[in-house]
Order: sequence, then C-alpha cells, then structure tokens
Amino acid sequence: MGKTLFDKIWDAHLVADTPSGAQLIAIDRVFLHERTGAAALGRMAEMGRKVHDPARVFAVMDHIVDTRIGRGDGTLMVGGEAFITETRAACKAAGITLFDVNDRDQGIVHVISPELGVVLPGVTLVAPDSHTCTQGAFGALAWGIGSSEAEHAMATGTLRLSRPKTMRVTFKGALARGVTAKDMALHMIAAHSAGGGAGHAVEFAGDAVSALDMEGRMTLCNMATEFSAMAGFVAPDAKTFEYLAGRRYAPADFADPYWQTLHSDADAAFDAEIVIDAGDIAPMVSWGTSPEEAIAVTAKVPQGHAKVHDYIGLAAGAPLAGTPLDVAFIGSCTNSRISDLRRAAAILDGHRIAPSVKTAMVVPGSLGVKRQAEAEGLDKIFVAAGFEWRMSGCSLCFYAGGEGFAPGSRVISSTNRNFEGRQGPGIRTHIASPETVAASAIAGAIADPRDYAREAVAA
Amino acid sequence: MTPFPQPLTGIVAPLLVDNVDTDTIIPSREMRTTGRTGLADGLFAPWRYADADSRTENPDFVLNQPPYRHARILAGGANFGAGSSREHAVWALAEWGIRAIIAESFAPIFRANCMRNGILPVELESTAIAALAGAEVTVDLAGQQVRHGDATHAFAIDPEAKLMLAGGLDAIDLTLTQKSDIADWTAADRKARPWVYLGITA
Repeated sequence: MGKTLFDKIWDAHLVADTPSGAQLIAIDRVFLHERTGAAALGRMAEMGRKVHDPARVFAVMDHIVDTRIGRGDGTLMVGGEAFITETRAACKAAGITLFDVNDRDQGIVHVISPELGVVLPGVTLVAPDSHTCTQGAFGALAWGIGSSEAEHAMATGTLRLSRPKTMRVTFKGALARGVTAKDMALHMIAAHSAGGGAGHAVEFAGDAVSALDMEGRMTLCNMATEFSAMAGFVAPDAKTFEYLAGRRYAPADFADPYWQTLHSDADAAFDAEIVIDAGDIAPMVSWGTSPEEAIAVTAKVPQGHAKVHDYIGLAAGAPLAGTPLDVAFIGSCTNSRISDLRRAAAILDGHRIAPSVKTAMVVPGSLGVKRQAEAEGLDKIFVAAGFEWRMSGCSLCFYAGGEGFAPGSRVISSTNRNFEGRQGPGIRTHIASPETVAASAIAGAIADPRDYAREAVAA
Repeated sequence: MTPFPQPLTGIVAPLLVDNVDTDTIIPSREMRTTGRTGLADGLFAPWRYADADSRTENPDFVLNQPPYRHARILAGGANFGAGSSREHAVWALAEWGIRAIIAESFAPIFRANCMRNGILPVELESTAIAALAGAEVTVDLAGQQVRHGDATHAFAIDPEAKLMLAGGLDAIDLTLTQKSDIADWTAADRKARPWVYLGITA
C-alpha cells in the first residue's frame, strides 16, 4: 500500500517514540507573533531554557500592531505597546529573526512566510496561531499550536504528538465563473460542519484545487482550522516550486528529485474521504455566527438556533442578498494577498461605495503586498471608490481592544471568522470572498459578485 | 503543572451549545497582559457580563448561577474551543477553577492546550452529556470513567495526555530526557535535508 503525503512528511520527521505512546516529531520552522511571542519567550527565559536553533525561529509584529498610516510602537489598545516592546526585546535576547513594525517585509505571519520562502514543501512548520494551516498550500505540514507547545518546539526542536487520522477532500471538476477558493472552503464547511475535520490532517485534491494559483490554495488551506482539522495541505507541483524558488530562505531551485516525491501515492488509503463537485459551488456568504452557517449568496436564511438569529438580526426565510450593510472590510490572512486585492479592485474600478456604508477599509496582508498594489495603482482604485488604504497587519479581523466598528454594525468581511463579538461587541460579521465584499460595498447591501463586472471575476 | 485530582467530584455546569469558540471564552480585548495570569476576570466576558466595562453580571449565564458559581467541571456541545489558538482561553478557565470539560468533541489546538495546563478534556456522546449536565459527578482519570449515581460513562484518552495530567508533568522536561535521540536524528537530517538548516555553514 502506498503512502499519503501526510504519511511521508510525518514519517520523515519521526525522531522517536516516547514511553507514553506519543511520538516526537521534528519541527523545522517556528514562527511567532507579538500576541504570544513575548509570553512564550519570556517563560522560556524564566525557566532557564534556550532556543534549540534560533536560525529556524522567526517572529513578526502582526496581531496588535496598528495599521494606520504613520504607525509606530503605540497602539490604540490599552497596554498594546508592551506586547510589541517585550516581543522585540525577547527576540533580540534569543537571537531570533524579527520582522519589526515597519520592516519592509512586515506583514501577517502566513502572508510573509511564503513571500520570504520560510515555508517549504515537506517541512513541518508551527506557529501559535490557528491559521498556520494556510501554509499547507505549499505542501508543508503546517499547523497552529498554543504558547506552551511553542515553547516546547523552540526548546527541543520537536513536539510530542499523537498521529492524526488522514482525510482527503477532492474538489472534482471546475469552478463556475465568479467562484473562488474562499467559496470552496465555506461550501465544504457548511456541508460537513465546523467540526467535520476534527482529528484529521486534510489533503485538498482534485482538478479544481490543482487549477487554483498558490494564493487561492492558501485561502483554501487557511480555512482548514474552521473545519477543525489539525492541518490542511495541497501536494506541491510546478506552480509551488516556481513560486518559492530563490526566495530569501528557500533553495535557489527545486531541481532535486526529492521534491517530486511529495505527493500521495496512487494506491494510498485515507481514513476518510469527501468528494465535492466544484461546479455546484456558488459565491458563499455566512449568515450566522459559525463558518458552518454559510449559504449561497442567492439563498434564503435557513432555520438555526434562536440565539443565532437574535444576534445576527436575520429571520429564517429572509433572502440574504439585499441585507443592508454598514461596513466593508478587506484584509486578514485569508484574503489580503495581491490577487485578492486585484480581484476586488477590478470590481470597484469606476464605482463608489454606497453612501450608507460608513466604513470601508483595505488592509494589505504585508508591506510587500502593499507596495505591489501601489505599483499597480490598485490603491488609487480603492481610495477613489471610498475605501481607506492601510498598513499591513491582522487589524479588524478580530477586535483587539483598540480599534473597532460602531457597536451593532453589520460588516461584510473577507476574513475567516463570523463568531459572536469577533470583530467587536455586537458586531454582525458576514464572511465572504473579496469580490463579494467589493460588490456588496457598491450595493450597500449583501450582493452577488456575478452581478458586477462579470469579465473581471471570471475564474 | 498541578496533578489532576484523583478523582475529581463536583457539579457539572451546563453550557450545551456547539462551537463555543475561544473568542467567546476570552475575547482578545480581555487579554491585557503579556503573561499567563490575571485572565479569569475576562473568562466568557461576552456572555458572563451584561456590561463588560462595568462588569455587571448577566444573571442568565450559567456560571453566574448559584449552583455553578464554583463548578470545576463544565459540559459543552460539539467542537468545543473552536477558533483562535490563544492559550489564554485555557489559562482563564484554569484560573477560574475549571479542571475538566465534558463535550462531544474538541477543537484540536484547544484540546492540546488543555492537556498542557491541567484541564482534562472528556469526550462523551451528547445523550450522556445531557444526563450529566447540572448533576454531581465524579471524573475518574485513572479509571477513564465519569460516574453519576449508578451510571458510568467510559471515555477514551490519549495515553500521553493521561500520563501528563495524572503526574502534573512538564512536557519539555519529559522530552529533554530523550535529548540524545533528538541530537542523533538532527545530525542525520542535516545531511539528508541541508536546506532546512538555515544559517548553518556545514
């Protein structure tokens, strides 16, 4: 029997069994951020523990850092500055590479790690952030951990783990026009529940996945944590190697035959299999307070828990499209890369956001993405349409206690979580693709992106 | 880490909803210090307080109700601990006094965080959880059972988690007993995958 890609990576990293039955798995890369980086490094220092191999540990300021133009260490969050200054000092003391507040490579950890070639096919990469699974798009085994496990990985170069089960999710056929990787992820989670991937490492496969560019694959893998999977990943191919070759921390080329072995064998068996017909997927928008509560933008709100309907302010049976909005937000590790901004700008070009939309904001995923977008003139399109153009960071994907939207605002958002209060107390978040956010901002209400600039959103 | 009580007996506070996420267990704005303590006050802030700023309690929230104010066992639904990897959610629960959570399933990062902080995650069927909710039960880690009156519900637990919780062990210390295995593996891997080792001029 052949091996799955997961089996190949896991077995290649198996250092030893432990007396308790867990396995020590070697960790190739650790990436920290300022929300938990200082806590993990500070505790290691307190315990007198050293970082095993500082050259393979990286850190960035992304969670708390301000995203307003002209930012420094100060944040709107009370006490936020301490996270930044303590992380900076701790990284220096530990000898870790830090991408600081205004470093030209600063950005959201899962956006800059591929940009810099920190993630590579076949590596194990962990970060104390649940969306680390984004980086599985490069054929890496990448997953989110807590602070204690981050300390463990840094101190020992390993993690103590039980082998998860394997799952393959195959997207057969081709996506319809105007349908994106974000819609694939929301469709899968809505159909198979937010807990559907629990206990599994999930390989995304099929023609519709192969057809995605690297950034689309990142969006799909990003949402694996919303499926409760340990990790989500895609087997590397020519697109993957071409994207990474020669980047700062990546090999100059991927010519070694080793790289061609990183795929599931034809006769490999998975513990679970899901097959989805890509042609059945429509642009998706969440209606409730879990990513599983998502429906086609053309559908009517289904019957859910009374508590959810109360919070979101939408009755069962109501059409989702046409629901008036207060805010449009484009950002986050899910959808803030250059291709996301290009697609949103293509819809916004020549349009204005509706006067009823009080706030519209674009937060590029990295300063590299920001520079690229400015070189292409995308910033001008966003600003002309009425969007605010920001510095990079996690920003209002969540409510860090500094900035917020007005209480009770209804937000269309390219982010990953529509949890109660995720973007602030009482905020009603609808997650969707960047093109759906752009179309909805113009309409002033949840809108179908296929009704706007049809050619621009062709898949 | 304090060893898990052998056994733990107490009343089960019912919070029987699915997908209880870590943003709800502790919102980002309640994580005000760079350390691991001082978080219990922000536990379940969106549900526990009618007004979070003034800390006015919401009397409808389960942990504000007299029988459950000092509960050490919490019952949940499916996919408990979904969302952000913030270990603060587990630190807040532990600081407040929770030592075991009984749910249909757990989000993987949350489960791992529980095991590193002395909280036992117990998975049972929803019908069993419904019978235990609000009752006085005994959680027996060694025997892998939850007992309630004459009823017993067996639960599975990863042997690693069982050992760590029962002994209150530090995972890093445990792993460092296998330091030579790690050194041997790393030496071989440096030859096999030199591109992994940044900053090394071998």
